[in-house]
Amino acid sequence: MFAAGAFALLVALVLALARAILGPTVFDRLQAANTVGTVAMLMLAVLGFLGGRPEFLDLALVYGLLNVVGTIAVLKFFRYGDLGEPGEDAEPRT
Amino acid sequence: MNLAPDILSWACLVAGGAFCVIGALGLVRMPDFYTRVHAAGIVDTAGAGLMLLGMILQAGFSLIAVKLLMIGLLILFASPTATHALTKAALARGLAPLLAPGEDPSKP
Repeated sequence: MFAAGAFALLVALVLALARAILGPTVFDRLQAANTVGTVAMLMLAVLGFLGGRPEFLDLALVYGLLNVVGTIAVLKFFRYGDLGEPGEDAEPRT
Repeated sequence: MNLAPDILSWACLVAGGAFCVIGALGLVRMPDFYTRVHAAGIVDTAGAGLMLLGMILQAGFSLIAVKLLMIGLLILFASPTATHALTKAALARGLAPLLAPGEDPSKP
């Protein structure tokens, strides 16, 4: 049954990848990249069970953390054009 | 070997995989960025939650289940944050949502 789950995740991965390639705006591509990250995380967990090596779950955790940080960082870059920008929510500099 | 948790976990895994495929299909087929975000939410909530629940049922009461629970919590907190930031950035950039023909975009 883990093989069926892994296959479904592969299909979802291919569809999200298609959106990342097609996407007309940069936000479509980012959303697709975020979905690919989530699906890859689940894929790592399922593959760990499939191969009888549940140590893969640690890799899935690290991958999820990196996915979030990467999405927010790229988003900030495309919104302000600079990673060091404080943004509109921050206190104005005196 | 008791059969009931196995059958339950298999059902959860298959349903989670189906929800993942449905969400990714929506990501491809939806007409507009904001509706695509809506479709991607299915993958993050129903798909991931059901698959993780199925794997927790397979793992039983152990450290593996705790790790799977941590992954689920991470997805639960991180995915809405990323989606919120994404749509806020898209609105700030001036990406207009697709509206019905007679609708006025200035009125929410």
